Amino acid sequence: MYLSETRASDKARSEGERPGRRRGLRGLVSANVFALGMTSLITDISSEMVTAVLPVYLVTGLGLSMLQFGFLDGVYSGSTALLRIVGGYLADKFTARKAVAGSGYLMSAVTKLGFPLVGASVPGIGMMMAVDRAGKGIRTAPRDALISLSTPPESQGRAFGVHRAMDTVGAFIGPVIAFALMSMMSTSLGTAYDAVFVVSFCIGAIGVVALALFVRDPFTRKKTARVAVSLRAGLGMLGNAAFRRACIGACLLGLATVSDAFIYLALQNRTDLAISWFPLLPLGTTGVYLLAAVPLGGLADRIGRWKIFLAGHACLIGAYLLIGGVLDLRGTALILIVLALHGLFYAATDGVLMAHAGPLIPEELRTSGLSVLQTTQTLGRSVSSVAFGAAWMRWGPENTIQGFTVALTAAVLLCMVLLRPGAAHGPEVADV
Amino acid sequence: MKNRIIVFAVCVAVLASVAIGYTVYALQRDKARAGGGEGVRPVAGAVDLTPGGSARLIFRDTAKGPGFGRLAEVRVGSPGGGRKVDTQACERSYAAAGRLLCLAGQNGLVVHHYAELRDSRMKLLKRIQLPGLPSRARLSADGRMAAWTAFVYGDSYTSAGFSTRTGIYDSRTDTVVPTLETFEVRRNGKDFTPPDRNFWGVSFLKDDNTFYATLGSSSSGGTFLVRGDFAARTMTVLRENVECPSLSPDGTRLVFKKKISDDPSKPWRLYVLDLATLRETALAETRSVDDQGDWLDDRTIAYSLPTGSSAFDVWKQPADGSGRPELMVSGAYGPSVVR
Repeated sequence: MYLSETRASDKARSEGERPGRRRGLRGLVSANVFALGMTSLITDISSEMVTAVLPVYLVTGLGLSMLQFGFLDGVYSGSTALLRIVGGYLADKFTARKAVAGSGYLMSAVTKLGFPLVGASVPGIGMMMAVDRAGKGIRTAPRDALISLSTPPESQGRAFGVHRAMDTVGAFIGPVIAFALMSMMSTSLGTAYDAVFVVSFCIGAIGVVALALFVRDPFTRKKTARVAVSLRAGLGMLGNAAFRRACIGACLLGLATVSDAFIYLALQNRTDLAISWFPLLPLGTTGVYLLAAVPLGGLADRIGRWKIFLAGHACLIGAYLLIGGVLDLRGTALILIVLALHGLFYAATDGVLMAHAGPLIPEELRTSGLSVLQTTQTLGRSVSSVAFGAAWMRWGPENTIQGFTVALTAAVLLCMVLLRPGAAHGPEVADV
Repeated sequence: MKNRIIVFAVCVAVLASVAIGYTVYALQRDKARAGGGEGVRPVAGAVDLTPGGSARLIFRDTAKGPGFGRLAEVRVGSPGGGRKVDTQACERSYAAAGRLLCLAGQNGLVVHHYAELRDSRMKLLKRIQLPGLPSRARLSADGRMAAWTAFVYGDSYTSAGFSTRTGIYDSRTDTVVPTLETFEVRRNGKDFTPPDRNFWGVSFLKDDNTFYATLGSSSSGGTFLVRGDFAARTMTVLRENVECPSLSPDGTRLVFKKKISDDPSKPWRLYVLDLATLRETALAETRSVDDQGDWLDDRTIAYSLPTGSSAFDVWKQPADGSGRPELMVSGAYGPSVVR
C-alpha cells in the first residue's frame, strides 16, 4: 500500500509539479487535477444555468404552483446520502472511480434534455430533478478520490483548493449565460426555455467528454487490490484512529453548522437589507470562497489541514457572533464582514477536509472512505438545520444563533483537545 | 495527448454548433409564432379602463399569436368575441376605477420586474421594482391602494425553495411598504412571527385601510387568513387554511383557495367564506385552482386555469356552490372587471 502510494505520488509530481514551467492554476496541480477541475467548471456552468432558470420556467413557463415546486424540491433531498455510499463502494470495488464519476456527470447532463421532453408533468419534472441530484451525489466521492489519488500527500490541500476554485468559477458563469440567453428571447413567449436546456445539455456533454478524454484513473490497470474491497473493509476504516477522528469531528462540527439559507435570513433580519439584494448574498460567499480556496489550501499543506479546517470553523464562529448580535456591528460593514467570514469558512473547510482525510485512507478504499466522511458531515448538517429552524421558532433568531455560537465553540474546542492530530496514529505523515 | 486534444476540439465544435443552431432555431420559431397565428394584433390604446358603460373583463392574453402576453379586454356580457388587445404587456394585472396595476418584466441581462400603477390612458403614475416574479396583483375598489405578490427565488443549488414577498402602495400618501413581513402579526392575542412566514394574495376593503391576505408558514403548519390594518401596520390571524382571499363587491364574502389534498397535482379547491356566519361553501369547480379569483358580480366568480405551456383559460362559476363551471374566455389569464 505504501509502495503504490509513493509511486502514485512520484508520478503525480513528475507530471504536474514543475514549478516555474507553467504559470496559473495549471502549474499548481497535476494534469489530472486540472482536468477534474475543468470538468467541474464546465459541469457547473451547465447545472447552474438550469438552477437559475428552473423556478421561472416551472412557474411562469409551465404554470406550476409554488406548492408543487416545494414538493419537487423535497423529492430529491433525501435520496442522495445512500447513493453517495453505494457509488463510493462500487467505485472502489471495481477500481472504477472515473467510470462512476463519469456516469454521475452523464446522468446530470442527460436530465437537461429531459426537462423540455417531460413538459408540464409534475412526476416527470420530479424525476428529472431526482436523477440530476442523484448524479451529483454519485460523482462527488469518486471525483474527490481521483483528486486525492492524483496528488502527492503533501500538496493535497492545494489540489483541492484549485479544484474548488475552478468549480466555483463555473457557478458564476452559468447564471450569466442563462440570463444572456433569456434576454435574447422575446419576453412574452414562454417557449424559448428549451434553448436554455439544450445549451445546458451541450455544455454538460462537453464536461463529460473532458472527463472521458483527459482524466485518468490512476490505478485502473492494477487488478490486485491489496485490501479486499467490501462493506466490512469500508467499516473497518473507522478502526483507523485518525480517520475516525476526522469523521467524528466533521459530524460534530456539522451539528453546529447553520445552513446557508439561515445565515442569509439572519443577516437580512439584522440589517433590514433591501429584499432585491437578497439573491445576491450567496454571490458574496462564493466570491470569497473562489478567491481564498487556493491560498488556504496551500496554507493547509504547510501548517496542517486539520488546523485550517478548525480555523475555518473559527471564522464561522466570528460570523455567528456578528449575526447573533454579540458583537455590535450593523449596516453594510456587517454584511461584508459576515459574507467574507462565511466564504473563508467554505474555503478553509470544504476541500481541506477531503485533503486531510484522503491520505488517511488506503487508496483501494479511498472513494468509499471519502463518501463515508461526506455523508457523516452531511447528516450532522441536516440534523442541525432542523434543530436550528425549530429553535429559531421557539427562542427567536438572536438567542438561537447565540446558542449555536456556544455549541460550535464547544465543538471546535472538543476537536482541538480530543481529536488533535499528532497523537499516536497511523499514516497521517503528511499532515503535520 | 495531441489526439485527445483534437478529439476534444471536434466534440466541442459539434456540441457548440448544436447549441448555437438550436438557439437560432428557437429564436426564429418564436418570432414566427409571435408574428403569425390567429390572435388579435395589439393596438396601442385598444383597452379602455374608463369606468362606466358595459362591464368589461381585463386579462392577460395567452392566445398564441401577436397579442401573447399583452393586456386584453372583452365584454363580460359577450366574452366569446370582440377581443381587444393593447400593446401594454403585463404578466399579471388588476383594473379598478380607471386605474391599472400592471406587473411587468423588463429585459436586460437580468430580467427586472416592476409593479406599475397606470391611469386609464396607460400613463405611468408609479413604478416599484419587484424582488422576484410577479404572482398576484390587486387594487382597492377606488384604485387608491395597490398590492402585489412576487415569488423570490434563486438562492443556491441546494436550496431551490420559493418564498414570496407581498408589498402595498398607498397612492394618496405615496407610501410604499415593500414587504408585509415588517408588520406585527397577532394570533389569539399573542405575537405570531415565525421566521419562515410569507404573505400573498391581498384583497382590500372599501375603507382603503383594512385588507385580507394569506400568511403562509410551513413551520407553523400551513396557511392562515389574516386581516390587516395598513395604518397601524398590524395583522391579526383569523382562520387556518385560506389562501388568496378575494372580497366580494358587497363586502360580505371571500372567495379563496383551500388546500384539500396532499396530492401535488391537485391540492386546491375554491371556497366561499361568509364573513358574517364564517360558513364555508365549496364551489362547483373540481379541478385544482391556483389563482386569486375575482368577482364578476356578487353572484359569479371568475378564475384562470392552465391549459398547457404558458397558456390559460378564464372560467366562471356561481358563488353559492351551485351550477357548474363555464368556460368564459379561452387564452386568457388573471381576470379583473371594469364596471
